[in-house]
Amino acid sequence: MALDQSFVGRSYPPTEPYEVGREKIREFAEAVGDANPAYTDTEAAKALGHPEVIAPPTFVFSITFKAAGQVVADPQLGLDYSRVVHGDQKFAYSRPVRAGDRLTVTSTIEKIRSMAGNEVLDIRGEVHDQAGEHVVTAWTKLVARPAEEA
Amino acid sequence: MTAKISYADVEVGTELPAQTFPVTRATLVQYAGASGDFNPIHWNEKFAKEVGLPDVIAHGMFTMAEAIRVVTDWVGDPGAVVEYGVRFTRPVVVPNDDRGATVEVSGTVAAKLDDNTVRVDLTATHAGQKVLGMSRAVVRLG
Repeated sequence: MALDQSFVGRSYPPTEPYEVGREKIREFAEAVGDANPAYTDTEAAKALGHPEVIAPPTFVFSITFKAAGQVVADPQLGLDYSRVVHGDQKFAYSRPVRAGDRLTVTSTIEKIRSMAGNEVLDIRGEVHDQAGEHVVTAWTKLVARPAEEA
Repeated sequence: MTAKISYADVEVGTELPAQTFPVTRATLVQYAGASGDFNPIHWNEKFAKEVGLPDVIAHGMFTMAEAIRVVTDWVGDPGAVVEYGVRFTRPVVVPNDDRGATVEVSGTVAAKLDDNTVRVDLTATHAGQKVLGMSRAVVRLG
């Protein structure tokens, strides 16, 4: 069943703040095998002009994707998540995410379309810090394959 | 932001040092924990095959995280990345053995933009085939 086009432009309420912990950043950097000291050493981060250790560029996806769950799970939208794959991902940064940030995400449905039987859903997540300043925008394209013929 | 590469020193066509990233089942379990993405297609062979995959596959976001390291290792400051986007075109299949799989990533400066930024086009391959498409980063140089 085609997704309802009237959902295009719909925004969901901002999420509760996610507090970025330095040990969570370390855990993520270790998981991707990235030894850049800016992720773990405050002095190294400061030498690069950052007030605190920063997170790897894709770290914030865990936060924005969880926020996009509001959209994915919206019963009115009716997306069948068992058929969904991640199509595209993009980030645009005002500054890197850093330890101590309290980040909220506002998710908006940017586009819905059908392509070759697939439903394609574009979700934009705007990430702001505790001061209300923009940190990063994440665009996630989800592709739902058609239900299998009975 | 303090990139160790100077804008004046790069040209369209400048190649970034290529890197090879190993990925084993253990890597995927560790990434699942760190990222919170516990989709069983990334650790459960039986489940992966039931949904039509050849075997367990790497998280697309894991591959995306590795690919940008060619850029962040080049510039030194990961905070110099202004934009980064990819398309997930093909899965990285990770066999259940000691060697796992490898992802090879190279990058080339594709355009010099305003404000000391350049666009880097990345190529990520696994077993000779591209796994990311439209893989581009904009990075601010010194």
